[in-house]
Amino acid sequence: MTRENGLNMLIVAGLVLVPLWAFFADEPFTITLATRAVILAMAAVGLNIALGLGGLISLGHAVFFGLGGYAMGILAYHAQTYTPFVEWPFVIEGTKSMPIIWLVAVVMSSLAAFVIGLLSLRTSGAYFIMITLAFGQMFFFFSISWSAYGGEDGVSIYLRNGFPGLNTLAPIQFYGLCFGLLMLVLLFASLLARSPFGLALNAARQSEQRVQAVGMMPFRLRLAAFVISGAITGLAGALFADLNRFVSPAMFSWQMSGEIMILVILGGVGRLYGPVVGAIVYVMLEHVLGDLSDYWHIYLGVLLLLVVLFVKGGIIGAVSGRRTAHG
Amino acid sequence: MDDVVLETRGLCKNYGALEVSKNISLTLRKGEVHAVIGPNGAGKSTLIHQICGTVRPDFGSIYLLDEDVTQKPVDARSKAGLARTFQVSALAMEDTVLENVVLGCVGASGKAFRLFQPVLTDRDLLETAHIALERVGLEDVAEKRTADLSHGQRRQLEVAIALTLAPKAFVMDEPMAGLGAEGSKRMTGFLDTLRAEAPILLVEHDMDAVFALADRISVLVYGSIIASGTVEEIRSDPGVREAYLGDEA
Repeated sequence: MTRENGLNMLIVAGLVLVPLWAFFADEPFTITLATRAVILAMAAVGLNIALGLGGLISLGHAVFFGLGGYAMGILAYHAQTYTPFVEWPFVIEGTKSMPIIWLVAVVMSSLAAFVIGLLSLRTSGAYFIMITLAFGQMFFFFSISWSAYGGEDGVSIYLRNGFPGLNTLAPIQFYGLCFGLLMLVLLFASLLARSPFGLALNAARQSEQRVQAVGMMPFRLRLAAFVISGAITGLAGALFADLNRFVSPAMFSWQMSGEIMILVILGGVGRLYGPVVGAIVYVMLEHVLGDLSDYWHIYLGVLLLLVVLFVKGGIIGAVSGRRTAHG
Repeated sequence: MDDVVLETRGLCKNYGALEVSKNISLTLRKGEVHAVIGPNGAGKSTLIHQICGTVRPDFGSIYLLDEDVTQKPVDARSKAGLARTFQVSALAMEDTVLENVVLGCVGASGKAFRLFQPVLTDRDLLETAHIALERVGLEDVAEKRTADLSHGQRRQLEVAIALTLAPKAFVMDEPMAGLGAEGSKRMTGFLDTLRAEAPILLVEHDMDAVFALADRISVLVYGSIIASGTVEEIRSDPGVREAYLGDEA
């Protein structure tokens, strides 16, 4: 077993034991923090597929995060106000069922990722960053002006949505649900990284010419990766909104895109558990330093600088001693 | 002719006022090594780019097995059977040698969009990859990171990847570059056996290798083919001697 695998198992153990301890010690706030970390981790695992494997520096992943959030907000809003979401040509009712909301979130964010990818993947480098950022801003300002769903104020939900067989209002149960989903997403991401698709995508990041020369189109590989990446971040967005019982344009903001990217870079780009470590550290800093100062991002900035300048491979790279993600 | 595998007809390419390809027509026949030589800046690289699809010619067309591929993108030409090696190695440097070769197998097998089965457990892919590695003599370093290979080994790896495509024609851009005398000799020996499998269009500066391998030679100077023929014909062509070979021949 490599050191990195050991580290990964330690992280999983922590994600199981800490919330369990909090449950028995009656510290529900710790469980909420853990839930927040797990959901942000999932969003970042999504980004890591595009960024780490595909080398696609997307500064627009808040689009998918926000779409997931609004999928939850809009459907639950119509369910709690007993108004149909669509009346014509056929009636679509709102819903308080998580599985349906997740499905809608994943489908919507995949579609958005497909369209955005189709346009932006024709560029690369700084242009790609700028175009994805621009798409993010489009969604952000659209959500601000969409007064039917609260405009700048967003949408609040009275009760968390339901999942068959669980009481999602109990923090530990909702945490378990999110944790289980994160594990599934991580399993999927690890299979993907080792699949023929992952090999080709990863090679396209390193040498586009090489991939073309063996008969594959880098554009198609990247588009598929972008869609998968967006879908996962979208699912995380739906959970995030459900955790807060609130969704607002902030989920579409470029700061959100930046936050998701920071999680990946902090933990280790291209590492399976990089986004998870990044999210845990981020949420802990936010909690501890947030108490000390409103400007806690200064310290986050310093940490990020240190990691980028001195620790190749993020926190996982530093601890595992393996500096590159692959090979 | 029936045995023509790869053909260019009247390729022209200008970069502004600079004519880098002037009406280039050449053929690659079954079983042969056709070398393209010429001084630096003669347009050899641009010719390769046009044949492989990274640059579109202004006029003229390219045929692979009687199919017009002039408008096809790079990946479609690879799929149609054109295997290229690069002048400057284009490899996934972070990946292992084996993974690079398996990449070729993935491309050739059309399994690029399989998302679940780990690629290194696919026996068909692995078998093809190991055969290719063995043939070029890289079996021992299969698990090494590509970035840790010597320059010469990277050139061999380029060839190994090309082999996995089971190509109809090879296009090799200076496979001897930087190999040194010993490595160059070994590569020459290997390419000599390869021509039976698929013909090779060889762009090369190493004249010893060219004279040892080539069945035919075309000489490119300032974008035009000034002479084309057997090794003997080229050696004795006064125009070629003046333009290129100088005292060397």
